[in-house]
Amino acid sequence: MERIPLHIARFFGLVFIQLFLLKNIGFYTLSTPYIYILFILLLPFKIPNWALYTLAFCCGLTIDVFHDTLGLHALACTVLAFGRILFLNLTISNDALETEPEPSLSIMGARWFLLYGLLMAFLHHLTLFTFELFSLSNFGGILIRSILSAFFTLFLMLVISLVFYRKKAR
Amino acid sequence: MRNLWIYISKHNAVILFFIFFASSFLLLINNNSFQRASTWNSSNVWVASQYQKIQNLKDYLRLRAINDSLASENGRLLNLLPQKDSSESKGLTKVVDTVSKQQYNYYTAKVINNSVRQKNNYITIDKGSLQGIKKGMGVLGPNGVVGIVLNVSPKFATIQSLLHSETRISASLASNRAFGSLVWGAGNFNSAYAVLQDIPNHIKVKIGEKVVTSGYSLFPAGIPIGTVSQTGMKGGDNFLNIEVKLATNFATLSYVNVVNNAFGAEQKALELSNKTE
Repeated sequence: MERIPLHIARFFGLVFIQLFLLKNIGFYTLSTPYIYILFILLLPFKIPNWALYTLAFCCGLTIDVFHDTLGLHALACTVLAFGRILFLNLTISNDALETEPEPSLSIMGARWFLLYGLLMAFLHHLTLFTFELFSLSNFGGILIRSILSAFFTLFLMLVISLVFYRKKAR
Repeated sequence: MRNLWIYISKHNAVILFFIFFASSFLLLINNNSFQRASTWNSSNVWVASQYQKIQNLKDYLRLRAINDSLASENGRLLNLLPQKDSSESKGLTKVVDTVSKQQYNYYTAKVINNSVRQKNNYITIDKGSLQGIKKGMGVLGPNGVVGIVLNVSPKFATIQSLLHSETRISASLASNRAFGSLVWGAGNFNSAYAVLQDIPNHIKVKIGEKVVTSGYSLFPAGIPIGTVSQTGMKGGDNFLNIEVKLATNFATLSYVNVVNNAFGAEQKALELSNKTE
């Protein structure tokens, strides 16, 4: 509960970076980072599903309003929230869910966080690009773009996580 | 109800996912022109292809009606052709038989209904009493004898085909003019064969010999009927039964000539007076 202001600050910070810094950054349109998903990834373990979905939906919607693509990012973030629930259920034991506050790099360790970030970013980007093109006729292109963008996003996630890295208190 | 709540709370991640996915999807296709256009277009394409399939099925089921309409359209167009009156105006062709000084009138008619598979087969033609067809006239095809006019209406006439169990035609062998009567349906109902009855035993019959009309009845003499395909079929005591392969293919008959023996009535009246005496 005492970490709520942190999440709010993280939300605004990430959306700000996304909208004003990363909007025009890309690698030949092949690789576009969407760092704002880090906000959804770092939401607390104990958050109820309805709150997670609502926050993800609203976060996507915020990006949509500025990108003028109403519904696109909201849809991708909904898929991402679903993927997050699945991934956490599969990889983390219940007692860890009870004791740890959030799935961040400093808490969960590099190996777990890399896999988590990469898979979630890939899922989000794949959904995003698929529904952006709204056709499966160039699925190979979508796949390549999603993978490259997922690595780009993961790289930015690591940068941000390392900037805010805190030694895990044992 | 309680179980339902348990079920919903157990699977709330999936259910919420579908709710949020659906709402964002609706947002997406309602507010983005490209996605909306693609959605509606693809659904229209799908709907159109379903319509196409249904239409194909309907077309197949309606083939008969379509055929009928095409046939009537054909008939209408044929009527517009300059030759439309040809068969009617040329229907009456005078053939002067200079040898016997007999006169036969020919009427050309189109076969509009035909059967070959029954025990008693009939043909319908598109000429009737208005064109001068009368009951009892003989009917010839392009290759030979076809039958006898049975009933006449103003515009149509039915023909008792040679392929009729009651039809008897006076026929003779071309080489020696021995005559008998040609019947069909005695034993077999093959539309290609008939039987020549009442040829005496002593007549020598060769296979392949021509069978023609005798000239004793409706038909002019010498009209081909067919060829002998089998001899010596034992019929009665002193007579041969000869199988004749018919010259006319009844199944593909399309035009016939109705022949009118102008002196037939006189001949019949004279022969009738023999009996009354």
